[in-house]
Amino acid sequence: MNGMTPIVKTITKFVGSIILLFGLYLIVHGHLSPGGGFEGGVTVAAALILITLAYGKDAVFETVDLVGAFLLQSTGMLIFLAFALLGFTGGYFLLNFLPKGKAFTFLSGGTIIPFTVGIGVTAAFALFGIFIVLVSFRIFKDTEKK
Amino acid sequence: MFELYILVGLMIVGAILAIEIRSLLSSVVILGVVGFLLCTVFLFLRAPDAALTQLIVEVIALVILIRATGVQQDDTERPETFTEKFAFGTVVMFFLVFAYFLLYALQGLPKFGEPLMTVSQTYLKEGFAKTGVPNLVAAILLDFRSLDALGGITLFFGAILGAFTIMRRNGRKKVDERDDTDS
Repeated sequence: MNGMTPIVKTITKFVGSIILLFGLYLIVHGHLSPGGGFEGGVTVAAALILITLAYGKDAVFETVDLVGAFLLQSTGMLIFLAFALLGFTGGYFLLNFLPKGKAFTFLSGGTIIPFTVGIGVTAAFALFGIFIVLVSFRIFKDTEKK
Repeated sequence: MFELYILVGLMIVGAILAIEIRSLLSSVVILGVVGFLLCTVFLFLRAPDAALTQLIVEVIALVILIRATGVQQDDTERPETFTEKFAFGTVVMFFLVFAYFLLYALQGLPKFGEPLMTVSQTYLKEGFAKTGVPNLVAAILLDFRSLDALGGITLFFGAILGAFTIMRRNGRKKVDERDDTDS
């Protein structure tokens, strides 16, 4: 699988990084504008899937393969759990213990930014991992015979 | 309000077509049309968060579903068996019973679009002051109801983990190794 035609590759070169950037924007800006962890994560996964389809799987698997996607997915889950458990420093589970900050600025909302980042990383690499599994999954000979 | 009826009517037609059509690929494409119409409905109801989620997840789901329907299938016509007729009749019967109870229950609900200010009023009033977050959806999901978010992401994590395990290429167990459970 060496990827698609040069037209697709050229378009992907311009568009892929923009989609990736938009996904990151949705993740970290979720507390100020529409968006949030899950939406941003799925957008990042969409960019990775687009690059995989255009350039072939070998180009992407040098950076993130199945084991890498699995590790990053677990990392996102651990970020969420760590900040949830750190709420015990102020009293109870899932407490918003960080300072609130000034409204309408980037660093505001306390623990909402770490939570969205955790959800985003989990969603992105979980969906990308599913795509990797589906791409590298060989269809058995029995079903091809029909 | 009028455009909502048109959109929902088109969605119902698309859903029925997606069930009835023979080819799996066409069914998936029609399902995508239904999803994008739902996204438009969310935009008319002024819910940009839900519309964004619906749009992005629909695109990814289409890609994965089209990949999953790549297996060849037989789409030849064949006569309906007795079991299929029985299943269809059962579905229709249960639908009628369900519709009766649904109509009975819907009489107690307030009219569509009228604000239901019982629990949500507190969130709308105090959400911005307590969290300092302008996007109230994020404030409710990740501060007031963060246990819901934790449960949701745990469910997602577990589901993907199960899919990884089922679809990996070769099992870890040897051929002649016995299972511990079937002693």
